[in-house]
Amino acid sequence: MNNQLNVEIPSDSEVIIGILNNSDSVLKKLYLAYFPMVLQLIVNNNGDEDEAKDIYQEAIIVLYNKIKRGDFELSSKLKTYIYSVCRRLWLKRLKQLNRYAGGDIKDFEEFLPVEEEVERHEERDLQISKMGEALKLLGEPCKTIMEDFYMHNRSMQDICERFGYTNADNAKTQKYKCLQRLKKLFFQQ
Amino acid sequence: MIMRENQLIELIERYLGGEMTAQEREDFEALRKNDASVDAKMAEHKDLTSLIKQYNERVKLETRLNAIHDEIDVHTLKEDLMAHPSWIVQMWRNHHSKISVAASVAILAILLTLFVTGDLSNKDPRFQQLKADVEGVKRQQRQLGEQQKNIYKTVKTAPVTNAKFRGTGFALTGNGYIVTNFHVVNGGDSVYVQNAEGTSFHTKVVYTDPAYDVAILQVNDTSFKNIGPVPYAFKKSKSDLGELVYTLGFPGDDVKYGPGALTGASGYRGDTTEYEVYIPVNPGNSGGPLLDDKGNIIGVINGKQTQTSGAAFAVKSRYLLKAIQSIPSDSLTKSINLNTKSTMANLSRTKQIEKLRNYVFMVKVYNQ
Repeated sequence: MNNQLNVEIPSDSEVIIGILNNSDSVLKKLYLAYFPMVLQLIVNNNGDEDEAKDIYQEAIIVLYNKIKRGDFELSSKLKTYIYSVCRRLWLKRLKQLNRYAGGDIKDFEEFLPVEEEVERHEERDLQISKMGEALKLLGEPCKTIMEDFYMHNRSMQDICERFGYTNADNAKTQKYKCLQRLKKLFFQQ
Repeated sequence: MIMRENQLIELIERYLGGEMTAQEREDFEALRKNDASVDAKMAEHKDLTSLIKQYNERVKLETRLNAIHDEIDVHTLKEDLMAHPSWIVQMWRNHHSKISVAASVAILAILLTLFVTGDLSNKDPRFQQLKADVEGVKRQQRQLGEQQKNIYKTVKTAPVTNAKFRGTGFALTGNGYIVTNFHVVNGGDSVYVQNAEGTSFHTKVVYTDPAYDVAILQVNDTSFKNIGPVPYAFKKSKSDLGELVYTLGFPGDDVKYGPGALTGASGYRGDTTEYEVYIPVNPGNSGGPLLDDKGNIIGVINGKQTQTSGAAFAVKSRYLLKAIQSIPSDSLTKSINLNTKSTMANLSRTKQIEKLRNYVFMVKVYNQ
């Protein structure tokens, strides 16, 4: 199957080093290497290609964060890890959608128990999407100020000039008000 | 000291950003120590700002992943990866109306034939069990011998050493337990098994279960060495229709491979302890293993129906396991620890067979 599509499978250590160095080409190799495996799992277990994409990307994010945190041990193969995470995510999704017929799902690979890890990821994910929602509700200019300051680490001076505040203190006050609103929106959800 | 919250946030940010002087740092750390609410505020602020960062990173990563994803031709890939139903299922889907008509005609024809020959009224359609009965050959030999006697007038008879029945068996474990069909060994005085290299070993029948047509043999020959753990697993659950299966057996002197598919969930006359399989089997295949694609034992070949050519039957592995469980422990001198994981799952069929052939035996039954 992989020969047919001319997919190059990167070695596990290449992927880990590549991700730690923010390499785009390695991320692409990784993505292309294992997508067919996950597509096969999902479409043969009651899912479609869009759901396969969702599940696969979520698993890649889990792996990406794990590698970035520095706690991916090479004790298991990346392939097995990705398959296991996707399998777990898909089982949960099937149950949520009430499409789970019970019994075993059709498997194509070996898999590991990853329940706890997936659980932790999902908790984190929930927080992150709550933050996303809060930022969307925040409105301008607050959203840009928050992004500039907390995401892009721009200085108060920069922000001051960008938004035409007369002095840095005004900008600071504005930033503080925005942060308070963001906090409120975040906790309201 | 009462501090306004915006001042506190500024202090926290300067502290976290490492922008404080040594003196300021010391003061702030003292403040954190004295006032737990300051510490809590700092933790909350850290969490919140880190979430803003993570959200940003997540959005960026998702954009990168989506860009990669857009380069994949998902549609073609999906076509390739769908588990295609076996050709039997496909044929049925495409041609079921034609097949139904053909089947009705065939049934009518069979009924008519049976009616004409009188088989319908008085006799059961016999179910031919697959042990090779060498009796006929023996009789012919005797006749030949008689003729020879008449010619040469010399009378000397050698003991008949031909195997009366022949079948197939396969190892349950590496330590000499072998399973075959009850009907293969039934009525025999001594039972030998012969491995792929042609060496024979004497065995003892340690257990028979006529209901499931299962017999367990134990090699009790001192020349027999442990053959190592079996490469196949014994499947507990039932297998699905359409699954590709195969067998290995001794219809003749050489081991023969027979590929096929699982065609029915029940066997001869709706017997639920058996599968119906579409597989080429001949006399002598009885007692052979029925394996699935992954190298799991799913049954034991045990018979062939004479009327419907191609249909054979196999006792489901579940009932084999049941039979094994009911062996009284005092009949066993060694333990039977069944392998639960096939080591052949990822091997090609030819490699599987290569491994398998050391664990499949010809069963020879003598009756003097």
